[in-house]
Amino acid sequence: MMSKSGISNPRTPYLLLLPGIAFLFTFFIWPIANLAQTSTQTPIAGGDTGEYEQTLRWANYIDAFLENKEQFGRSFLYAAIATVVALAIAYPLAYAIAFKAGKFKNVLLVLVVAPFFTSFLLRTIAWKQILGEQGVVVPFLRDLHIIAPSTTLTSSAFAVVAGMTYNFLPFMTLPLYASIDRIDPRTLEASGDLYANGITTFRKVTLPLSMPGVVAGTLLTFIPAAGDYVNAAILGSPQTKMIGNVIESRFFKIVDYPTAAALSFTLMTAILVLVTVYIRKAGTEELV
Amino acid sequence: MSGISSARGDLRIDHVTKSYGDFTAVNDLSLTIPEGSFFALLGPSGCGKTTTLRMVAGLEEPTKGTISLGNTDITFTKPYQRPINTVFQNYALFPHLTIFENIAFGLRRRGIKDVKEQVEKALDLVELSHLSARKPTQLSGGQQQRIALARAIVNRPALLLLDEPLGALDLKLRRQMQIELKWIQKEVGLTFVHVTHDQEEAMTMADTIAVMNEGEIEQLGSPADLYDNPKTAFVANFLGQSNLIKGTISGNDGDNHIVDLFGQKISLSKNRSHAVDNSILAGIRPEKFRISRLATPTSGNILSGGKIEDVSYIGVSTQYQVLMPWGQELMVFEQNDDGVAPFNVGEDVNISWEAGFTFALRGDEDAEAGTEVNPEEIIEDDE
Repeated sequence: MMSKSGISNPRTPYLLLLPGIAFLFTFFIWPIANLAQTSTQTPIAGGDTGEYEQTLRWANYIDAFLENKEQFGRSFLYAAIATVVALAIAYPLAYAIAFKAGKFKNVLLVLVVAPFFTSFLLRTIAWKQILGEQGVVVPFLRDLHIIAPSTTLTSSAFAVVAGMTYNFLPFMTLPLYASIDRIDPRTLEASGDLYANGITTFRKVTLPLSMPGVVAGTLLTFIPAAGDYVNAAILGSPQTKMIGNVIESRFFKIVDYPTAAALSFTLMTAILVLVTVYIRKAGTEELV
Repeated sequence: MSGISSARGDLRIDHVTKSYGDFTAVNDLSLTIPEGSFFALLGPSGCGKTTTLRMVAGLEEPTKGTISLGNTDITFTKPYQRPINTVFQNYALFPHLTIFENIAFGLRRRGIKDVKEQVEKALDLVELSHLSARKPTQLSGGQQQRIALARAIVNRPALLLLDEPLGALDLKLRRQMQIELKWIQKEVGLTFVHVTHDQEEAMTMADTIAVMNEGEIEQLGSPADLYDNPKTAFVANFLGQSNLIKGTISGNDGDNHIVDLFGQKISLSKNRSHAVDNSILAGIRPEKFRISRLATPTSGNILSGGKIEDVSYIGVSTQYQVLMPWGQELMVFEQNDDGVAPFNVGEDVNISWEAGFTFALRGDEDAEAGTEVNPEEIIEDDE
């Protein structure tokens, strides 16, 4: 008779892992290896556009980086600003949902993820309308003389960062909410009882206890934002090009595969290094 | 940090009411807790004791009335400005801080200089110095309880509030902590206000107990006062067990009333009667009763015509249910110390007791009040 418990078969764990490994190999490891290979190729002498041969030219990386320093810097700057602004908006929101919303908690959580019900592209295009000449924002700011009559908001760095902040806000809000919601409100009462006023309680108790959410939220916002090209493509101008836009045009328009691949790898490495330093600094391992 | 009141002295709760919509958690409560005492607020869950404590801590605002410490009105003072600390029911230790930093929290907020020394002294007091580098989750429940206590005591508050602090501990540890808490209170000389639903806990530790029921104080006094001379059926039943027998005062004999209990006469000291007219509930604690076989001579108050209904031997004592001629079952606890053969079910017996042990309540009271309190039927008073 066959054993009912699958655990008794030593091969079971491997069989269970197989679909996942097969998937990751086919759609992650194999393409990455391919990309690595492409990144050191050079054009075939006398060949057609888009024909390359493997020459292990590592200098591709240096050329690609030096050519696009500006876009790299801009990507990380925009992503950083969008992350900070999203954190500033999402933290009070998540706090309010966790502690103050009462019976409206679930409704508010649905509203936070509601934007996902429409396409990312559509929502970004909508921002073009919102910030456009016919929108509400520009005339309003002009009436208040906050911006000059000649100033427009579309095709600007402001629009790109605003679009990224908006698009990645749920990724910031949800982990923050999960983290703040887990805080026992009695520890906050205990802090007040032990002579800490509201601000000190936030600094010494609420914020440290919500750090896992802050770290998760900032990573989930910063990483996709740094590699994003949709916001810059739709809401930006040639002056606000990000590294994602460069990679996109090298791959699909100029068909300069080696440079695109080298840029992709450089971006990946840079993000990996930044994230590692950040996690070390934030000291998440100290948080229970 | 400045702004912390330096008030000391007795805590005075003056005509305090707390309502949540239609529900009145605390109703016109007045209470004075003398400085340096170990005071217990005792009552079933939902009686308003936790709400009272939270108002003293500043975590709730009274709907009406004032709370003052010494001569300072603290009714609307923020919790962090009150020289009052709380040991929370679930301890509420800060999970991200070490034990040392948990205890140092209040000292650091007040800008105290010798934090290290004071924290070490507090850790010594609760005998957990070796755990100062740990995190709260690495401690057992009993250890967390002591840290919560140390975290509050280290601040030398004018008032230490304990909200069911032993509720989560097992029975043996609870008994040990009761004795320890009482010792620590004597040692540090602070005023302790202890909220509990466990009458034994309150009696073990407190100098003075206020028994609360439905947002009001039923009776206030020393444990012995409350036990020996309860004023209401609720107190008689909630603190230990009582036999309450309907009767009528039929005459007087010096300092005593003569009371008719279903045709049998007993005597009752006048100053132990809380009745308002001739109709009374005569109360006798089960351990005050003596059972005797019909032939044995007895003195004091005697009720005859009993029949043993049930016998439970529980070691230190034997508990009997005795059916009286008027159909009531009386509870009797006999110490197993007199060499008399235990009584058997069905035996005809008399019951006697020292007349001085009798107390009397108003005849119109519900004799069952306070006997069975089902916590699930009552709204939790935590929030």
